[in-house]
Amino acid sequence: MNGASRREFLSAAGRLAAAGILLPSGLAFLSGCAESLGQVATNLLDPTRIDSLKKTYATVTKTFEDITPEQEYYIGRTIGAVILQKYKPYANEGANRYINLLGQSLAQASDLPETYGGYHFLIQDSEEINALAAPGGLVFITRGILRCCQSEDAVAAVLAHEVGHVQSKHGLQAIQKSRITSAITALGIEGAKTFGSSALADLTSTFEDSISDISKTLINSGYSRSFERQADQAAVKIMKRVGYDPQALVEMLMKMAKQLKPGGLDFAKTHPSPQSRIEDLQKEMGPYKQVSVPPVRQKRFQRQLASV
Amino acid sequence: MKRSILKAGLAIILLFLMVEGAVAAASVLSVQVRESVLRSTPSFVGSVVGKVGYGDQVILGEEKGPWKKVSFPPKKISGWIHESALTTKKIVLAAGATAVETGASGDELAIAGKGFNAEVEEEFKKKNKDMDFAWIDRMAKYSASSQEIIKFLKDGQVAPAGGSK
Repeated sequence: MNGASRREFLSAAGRLAAAGILLPSGLAFLSGCAESLGQVATNLLDPTRIDSLKKTYATVTKTFEDITPEQEYYIGRTIGAVILQKYKPYANEGANRYINLLGQSLAQASDLPETYGGYHFLIQDSEEINALAAPGGLVFITRGILRCCQSEDAVAAVLAHEVGHVQSKHGLQAIQKSRITSAITALGIEGAKTFGSSALADLTSTFEDSISDISKTLINSGYSRSFERQADQAAVKIMKRVGYDPQALVEMLMKMAKQLKPGGLDFAKTHPSPQSRIEDLQKEMGPYKQVSVPPVRQKRFQRQLASV
Repeated sequence: MKRSILKAGLAIILLFLMVEGAVAAASVLSVQVRESVLRSTPSFVGSVVGKVGYGDQVILGEEKGPWKKVSFPPKKISGWIHESALTTKKIVLAAGATAVETGASGDELAIAGKGFNAEVEEEFKKKNKDMDFAWIDRMAKYSASSQEIIKFLKDGQVAPAGGSK
């Protein structure tokens, strides 16, 4: 893939991912990185240091777990920017503030309350029913899905589910393993500056490919049913810990089963059917019991999201 | 004879020092998030004792579930922090060939700013000028303090069954 085509596909990662024309190019980058490492080695390092470099590379393990929270943060920022290409932000300070108070209350109760840059939530101005999480804790929720929520507990269910994806690093797991290898081996030891501009270019390519891997999964194909189940289970746990009724997740899914058109865009395409998720949840939670929310909470929910 | 006793003695001392060193190393953790705080109790509602930042090395004391009581000698503070903010890897902030020189592996060491970093993001932005990072920066400013979260939950009568943890 040349520079121009790469630029093109990144400028609209979602659209192109949807068109299904992305090609895996990990092999090309692996060789690219190896080449530049050779150059660096001859330019900067004496033979003993090269040996020790090789040794260090050999001991580096290569899974998504080796992506440091700092690197995850940078991946998440760009994924966030990709998500914002799909749906524009909804610039309502009051509503966004409410979503952040709620979301951060939930994030604190997760198994991963601390991320490099913290959790932040944003409403998107779209009728589509969707919610998306970028690695590291940037969480996006459309006006469309908020309108399906009949209570604060239901909004909590959606946000807690997304926090569940962040917590389990589902986004990072969408990155092809070969890229993680090249990302880490390219600069496993030094900052980019030391390696010069060719290594920075290689690393940026690896970065772009990683972004497209995640975007493709997040926006086009969706996560596996087992990842969704994991996020639902995390949501139940988080909601219980904070004090929201986890039955609100079932209620939300029931509502969505009615709203979503089979074979439709957005959420329906990227998530297992609401019915199958309800079945999975009920195996653990038992039968559905209607959610009852204190009037004061319901009033606040209606007031805060009135304009949404 | 005397010499071999001496040798054995030295070996024992050496072994002791090595074990001691290993124990000391195991109890040192690094802060792996940009900023965090130490709290007076093992909970996000605990009052803040002081701040710690990326790469700060803290010494592990007590543990309670996911909460670690640590001390941070440079600021002479100690308090509780959630384990997700910590790593057993040593985070090296300054650029330098430390990993090469010490022979440390990626399991033991993380270099701050390595791999995907601000520089890579800048490169990416140059090639993708139509992408909007302004809102990402704006979004990152949305925050809520512990006090605000406590108030939010209290006002909405949100409390876990069996009382707050």
